[in-house]
Amino acid sequence: MAKSNKPVVWFPFAAGGTVIAFCMPVIVVLGFLAALGHVPPGLSYEKLHAIASGSLGKLVLLGVIALSLWSSAHRLRCTCYDFGLRADTLIATLLYVAAIVGSIATAVFLLRI
Amino acid sequence: MSRNPLIREVPPTSWFLRHPRYMRYMAREVTSLFIGAYCVLLVVAMQRLSAGPAAWQGFLDALRSADSIVFHLLAMAAAFYHAGTWFNATQKAMPLQIGEEFVKGSYISGAHYVVWVALSLVVLFLAGVF
Repeated sequence: MAKSNKPVVWFPFAAGGTVIAFCMPVIVVLGFLAALGHVPPGLSYEKLHAIASGSLGKLVLLGVIALSLWSSAHRLRCTCYDFGLRADTLIATLLYVAAIVGSIATAVFLLRI
Repeated sequence: MSRNPLIREVPPTSWFLRHPRYMRYMAREVTSLFIGAYCVLLVVAMQRLSAGPAAWQGFLDALRSADSIVFHLLAMAAAFYHAGTWFNATQKAMPLQIGEEFVKGSYISGAHYVVWVALSLVVLFLAGVF
């Protein structure tokens, strides 16, 4: 039977695209406020540390970051191809490995909190 | 007599300049650059958060620069454009059938927009922005 790795790549891509659509705008807005010097109270060390201390907070943060990373990797791969970079196997490998490394690193950082 | 084969020359790096629809497609593709970069920033943020209060304060201070403000503006534009196009596509990607009728596409996309705005407001409220 023919086997395809496409579902494995596609599920996190679609989930990540949804997560990015729902969560990324507000996350960037919060970062923008911090960049302007108006750090929202929720981004203080105490508040964020408290959120990341709980297992639900860890799960949400890891879920948002890991899925967004994977979706971005997949989209960047397509973007490279569309701009004429046709070394697809190399680019796909680099981007997916980067997404996996970033996700594992995020999990390690969160477990340290 | 053999027919001449049809050869369409498609320039690999400038094909999308031919049609506004391709340009819009590529504009959406380019948003992945900024969103990808922002994801990397979030990973760095988690590292700084795990390294303690001083490291976190250093991260917040590092965000305060003109370059960072420009980057955030571009990332915001990318994030909002991605969100809008994603929600507009949901009605095509997951049409919903109830009984014999299909639910109107604008209801499916509209519901996504409503949930998005509500979720964003809740996050902003919890973060103490207002």
